[in-house]
Amino acid sequence: MTATASRIPSDALDGVQAVQPPRPRRQRSTGIALLFVLPAVILLAVFLLAPFCIAVYLSFTNERLASPLPRVWVGWHNYHAILTDPRFRQALINNVVFAVVVVPLQTALALALAVLVNRRVRGVALLRALFFAPVVMGIAVASTVWYLLFDPEQGMLNGVLKLLSWGHLHSGWLTSTSMALPSVIIMSIWSSVGLQMVILLAALQDVPTDLYEAAALDGATPWQQFRAVTFPGIRNALVFVLTMTTIFAFRLFDQVYIMTSGRPRGHTNTMLLELVQVGYERQQIGRACAIAVVFFVFVVGFAGLQRWIVREDAS
Amino acid sequence: MSTRPAPRRGRREPVATVASVVAAVVFAAPLLFMVVGAFKPGSRVLADSTSWRAFWPEDGSLHNFGQAIDRAQFLLLLRNSLIVSSSVVAGGLVVNSMAGYALARFRFPGRRLLLVAVVALAVVPFQAVAIPLLYLMSGWGWRNTFAALIVPFIANPFYIYLFRSFFLSIPAELEEAARVDGAGPGRVFVSIAVPLARPAFATVGILAFISSWAELLWPALITDRVEVRTLPLGISVFRSVPPIDQGIILAFVVLAALPMFALFFVLQRQFIASVARTGIRG
Repeated sequence: MTATASRIPSDALDGVQAVQPPRPRRQRSTGIALLFVLPAVILLAVFLLAPFCIAVYLSFTNERLASPLPRVWVGWHNYHAILTDPRFRQALINNVVFAVVVVPLQTALALALAVLVNRRVRGVALLRALFFAPVVMGIAVASTVWYLLFDPEQGMLNGVLKLLSWGHLHSGWLTSTSMALPSVIIMSIWSSVGLQMVILLAALQDVPTDLYEAAALDGATPWQQFRAVTFPGIRNALVFVLTMTTIFAFRLFDQVYIMTSGRPRGHTNTMLLELVQVGYERQQIGRACAIAVVFFVFVVGFAGLQRWIVREDAS
Repeated sequence: MSTRPAPRRGRREPVATVASVVAAVVFAAPLLFMVVGAFKPGSRVLADSTSWRAFWPEDGSLHNFGQAIDRAQFLLLLRNSLIVSSSVVAGGLVVNSMAGYALARFRFPGRRLLLVAVVALAVVPFQAVAIPLLYLMSGWGWRNTFAALIVPFIANPFYIYLFRSFFLSIPAELEEAARVDGAGPGRVFVSIAVPLARPAFATVGILAFISSWAELLWPALITDRVEVRTLPLGISVFRSVPPIDQGIILAFVVLAALPMFALFFVLQRQFIASVARTGIRG
């Protein structure tokens, strides 16, 4: 079983190495081929590759938006400045905490929901639609609604909390320094767990039914079946979901931009909020580019590290 | 959604039932609160939200929706979002499918290099280039233009790769037969390959629409005029414009969510398949 599973090629992000069907003969037609790829090549070069190179270059300068002063090469100054800036450090720590909590928790919940809706019971289609609804309505809408649910005076969450604790418990939620980030985490999981659920559900449904029948015949308990059949079968989808959720965690922006703008006192600040704050509000392009480069390194580094760990586990 | 029967025994599972009910309540309560609140006078939205009244539209009316359309300029924002997202989707389908097709079917110098570049660029998040793009576009006079909101999102390495994989997975015989019959490569692409690749077009179209429709960071950087403002930024702005009325805000976000829900209900199967497919083959 495990041997079969490990022979399945690893998922999407492996890109080039992915298994390829027998190669069709390719036409030799340089002219028409260039015509086909040219629009994409130009757009990618101008709007992705060039800006990325410019970001790296400007991060070593003091460039400002619409400034009459000449651009000056400042070496590593911007990097030194942001990495010693308590605001940015807190933003970075918030991103890491958010990722460390959300990635395992949201993946586990997504798997639980996927298992729940992968049953043949009445109303299961409605449940699937319900869990997926927050994804459909979008994060801006969800943030607006949850901001009201979090209201410390009259919000629904405090209402529920008081009801469950006979009036003893209540929280400042987004306004409390200790609860603000957890509040953002709760809201984020609610609004995007449906996405991961759908991916894992598709993987669950691809596990061959006869494997379960064979396992059941051998007297495997449901838990043994999950470990021996389900888990190897959905492993690639799980790895993909982990990577995707990690990248989303470092991109944390929309929810905090709408609900908190980083308040209270930077407790929900994130790297991308800082990017907008420094680059747009303060117009310090050079310094914002240094933030962009650090952000890029973290996204790629964490996703890579995680894939490496998951791969080690398997062998 | 998929109707393939799940491999489950028919016996009762109390744990699963309880978990389903709890999860359903957690997911339904905010949604109900939003929809019911949209019909209420603004002062009652929060006042009612700690009791069962949160889910009961007392004194309900359509007043808030009218206000949302007037004060939040909902129709203008909707128009802008439709212009931006449909242009991103249409342009993206053409540009990315052509590039993916060339990578799958043509031989040309630099093909290998381009493929490596596409895979490498797929790693760069858009947010990492947002500030230099803001800097460049400010120089070009592109601030507050639809072009700035559309053009950067047309070519997408991930979608190019998706198209390439799909074209590789369909047999080339039909295309070769058409070529033997004298059809040029452009014609073969349009009349043979594109119709065969309809699932890939649906997937890329839906994924591109979802992400374009939700984009908030880029419009927040590059626009500050309502004439080109899209819905997510419109929500963020309207929430903080006094006089704040929670009923009108909720009516506004309900209206803002409607187009996506409509799309979801019309294309439910495709919608789910597209999202799920990103995890399976990407």
